[in-house]
Amino acid sequence: MKDMTPATFLRLLAVTLLLTTVASVLMLIPDWNGLQGSAEAKDIDTLTDVMIVLSAFVFSVVMVMMGYAIWKYRAKPGDESDGEPIHGNTRLEVVWTLIPTAIVLFAGVYATLVLDDIEAEAADSMRVDVTAQQFAWRFDYVDAGKTSTELHAPSGTQLELHLQALDVLHSFWVPEWRIKRDLVPGASLDDPEGDADIDNVVRVTPTVEGTYSVVCTELCGWGHSVMRAVAKTESPEEFESWLSEQKDIPEGQVGTGVAGGNGAGSLAEGQSGG
Amino acid sequence: MTATLKQPGWPRAFLGALLGGAFGFGLVVALRAISGLEIFQTEQTGYPHVIVPAVTAPIGWLIGFGAFDYWFRWAAGRPTIPDDHSSHGAYSWKDYFKFNTDHKVIGIQYIVTTFAFFFIGGLLAMGIRAELAQPGTQVVDPGVYNGLFSTHAAIMIFLFIVPVFAGIANYVLPLMIGAPDMAFPRLNALSFWMLPIGGILFLASFVVPGGAFDAGWTGYAPLSTGAPLGQSFFNLGVQFAGASSIATALNFLVTIVTMRAPGMSFWRMPLLVWANLSTSLLVVGATPFVAGAQFMVLFDRVLGTNFFEAAAGGDVISYQHIFWFYSHPAVYIMMLPGFGIVSEVISTHARKTIFGYRLMALALLGIVVLAFAVWAHHMFVAGMFAWLRVPMMITTLLIAVPTGIKIFSWLGTLFDSKLHLENTSMLFALGFIVTFVIGGISGVMLGMIPIDIHVSDTYFVVAHLHFVLFGGSVFTIYCGIYHWFPKMTGRMYDERLGRWHFWLTAIAMLGTFIPMHWIGMEGMPRRVADYAAQFGDWNLFITVFSFILGVAQLIFVYNMIVSWRFGPKAPANPWRAKTIEWLVSSPPPVFNFDEIPRVVGGPYEFGVPGAKHAILTEGEEGADVGGPEPAVVGTASGGGSD
Repeated sequence: MKDMTPATFLRLLAVTLLLTTVASVLMLIPDWNGLQGSAEAKDIDTLTDVMIVLSAFVFSVVMVMMGYAIWKYRAKPGDESDGEPIHGNTRLEVVWTLIPTAIVLFAGVYATLVLDDIEAEAADSMRVDVTAQQFAWRFDYVDAGKTSTELHAPSGTQLELHLQALDVLHSFWVPEWRIKRDLVPGASLDDPEGDADIDNVVRVTPTVEGTYSVVCTELCGWGHSVMRAVAKTESPEEFESWLSEQKDIPEGQVGTGVAGGNGAGSLAEGQSGG
Repeated sequence: MTATLKQPGWPRAFLGALLGGAFGFGLVVALRAISGLEIFQTEQTGYPHVIVPAVTAPIGWLIGFGAFDYWFRWAAGRPTIPDDHSSHGAYSWKDYFKFNTDHKVIGIQYIVTTFAFFFIGGLLAMGIRAELAQPGTQVVDPGVYNGLFSTHAAIMIFLFIVPVFAGIANYVLPLMIGAPDMAFPRLNALSFWMLPIGGILFLASFVVPGGAFDAGWTGYAPLSTGAPLGQSFFNLGVQFAGASSIATALNFLVTIVTMRAPGMSFWRMPLLVWANLSTSLLVVGATPFVAGAQFMVLFDRVLGTNFFEAAAGGDVISYQHIFWFYSHPAVYIMMLPGFGIVSEVISTHARKTIFGYRLMALALLGIVVLAFAVWAHHMFVAGMFAWLRVPMMITTLLIAVPTGIKIFSWLGTLFDSKLHLENTSMLFALGFIVTFVIGGISGVMLGMIPIDIHVSDTYFVVAHLHFVLFGGSVFTIYCGIYHWFPKMTGRMYDERLGRWHFWLTAIAMLGTFIPMHWIGMEGMPRRVADYAAQFGDWNLFITVFSFILGVAQLIFVYNMIVSWRFGPKAPANPWRAKTIEWLVSSPPPVFNFDEIPRVVGGPYEFGVPGAKHAILTEGEEGADVGGPEPAVVGTASGGGSD
């Protein structure tokens, strides 16, 4: 390194950039995150792609440095001598402290902007209360007074999901929608950030019509791997028609935002005292 | 027989366990009878007549074994039996099964015991992968499966990675600083013997009603507070493993601060010593919190408290804060000693001083400080206070900087060096750099909240953690074992078998864990016995490679056992390294040094003719064992400073 000519450095830089490009292309071609089923998915996927390119660059730097060093400085068989007594290079060390700091701070700022974007409240969001219990889901459309074990969404409308769990921790995730949040026992449906200090409101705007799965992503017991529900994005007309066919929310349904209260109960029964 | 039972040892230990267990059992029975409660409460979270003996029996065992003999005598004001050092050193295999205060014996006890747990943990992983080979449930039912991954992780973390580094350092560090032993040899031995107790408690959970603990190694409440009896065994096992870890860390801190050989200033300490200093700071600061979190769960279970009982006003999410306040520093506890090992090995086999030594030491300290400020990145989707997320993301991203400094410094060390790749330890060191960088990259991605929202609790996280724990920690563990095997055993291992071990392990590791990134991003959650059919092909691929990975470790076992028995005798310094442990024979004399070494220069003064790190002759500067000292003692030519 102390003897590295500018020409060698530029050649190594060129190899690094080439490797970065190849790696980035290879890593960006597959659709890792899958279908972009929500408005939020696009922002998240773009952020992911940018990070993939940055990662390809960092990995390439490491591999080129290591590969070059192995190629150039490998001891010949029988060579017992030592390497150069180089203790460091202050300027280089400052550079490789400051540049990564700049990169990660850039990533942090970008990520914060994306976060604000995907959590922004829309004017016309539709509230759906999500209740999780070992091992089933329930979705209450409180404004319409309807309940269902399937989550249907009118395409293009922001859902405002109020989350609660009746027994243990669960987590709500639709991979195509990207959005995930834990459902916490003790969360209040009507006072989202009140006494319990549990941030149990999450927003998502499904955009692509299709049938997906709600997947539980917090270990909740022996039924965790099969705790799923249907999530369906459909046109507003289809949604209204589906909604009108659902059951009414029973009077005093356990864990209902309207009637209030948590407590033990069975989703299968669908109703009991609060 | 009474004579045997009066001496500390295994027979008296089992008697102690029996008496301790009986005492605990009797205490519960008596107190419950007096209080008018049903004597044997067998609600699955309860079983006090099992829980209390599970604590008192191991303590009785330790007392019988002799772990507290000296302290009891001293506390009672009785004349203590001067240490005639008969409990020091190992002259036969039996000495490894005693309460032995020699740090070298303790180091080997740790390494062998923890590797046994490594293989148990590995078998559990094979069970996991067997089930996941195909969609559907074929091998185990989902409840048992949850127990498999929970015990796999708990054993790997608490009984392998954390303590094996303590074992390697136990052996090497006193030698490396020129000390005759650790500051507190008796405490050191006690620390070791608490470890198998923790392991037995974890494994005992398999045979109690309800089976092995199955709420994940993370044991989130309220799943853990309502779980069957096995969960309580996890809560208790963590206490013993944690106590072992904390006592060892205290021992290292005092040893490093007070027992360095004359001339070894902080800036002349080898980086392994810096790394263990940093790790010990993490351990003492963080471990009490996981002990606390597990106690709170245990109390909710057995004593009816409501720390995490939402209906009674408890705070469910607080468990996660307390748990992760330890468990994030824990991942650095599991990596920093490895960083130290890599520095020792790379400098030795590149025949070159570590590039940027001071910044390397400062980076370790920087990681220690930041490690306590990032825990909530495990909770971005937990429903905690929204405002905490962005600050924790920033600190999480910042901790990549000191880590990156270390990677670049190791790479910088390779330049203008004389690189030797024949040694297995060097292969693992370089392989570690590649796999750890991959793990670090996925870590930075996970640190970004919008990305984490999508991939949290999916196989993307499983990929990340195995890249940093296997590609990171385990690779450095192997690196250290191969490097110090000659010193510890007095034998050389078979280098060709070592190379086979490395390459098979590296390839199998990549094949096992790379695809996990993809299936996680595509939608496969973690901790599932079954998954959507679309993930079948990759899971089968992963399972095949994981079995190759498992089998590859047998090469290591064979090499170690056969070489230890029959390998060629090792010289004092087969790698021509500079640090003090290589100045004494392989294995070292029982009391390490016939005379205290004197440190006269930095630890890696390769390339400076005649430069020495330490010399063994006391007194005059002149006579020494290998050539003239440098003209100015304590500095090196070449542009840096010590």
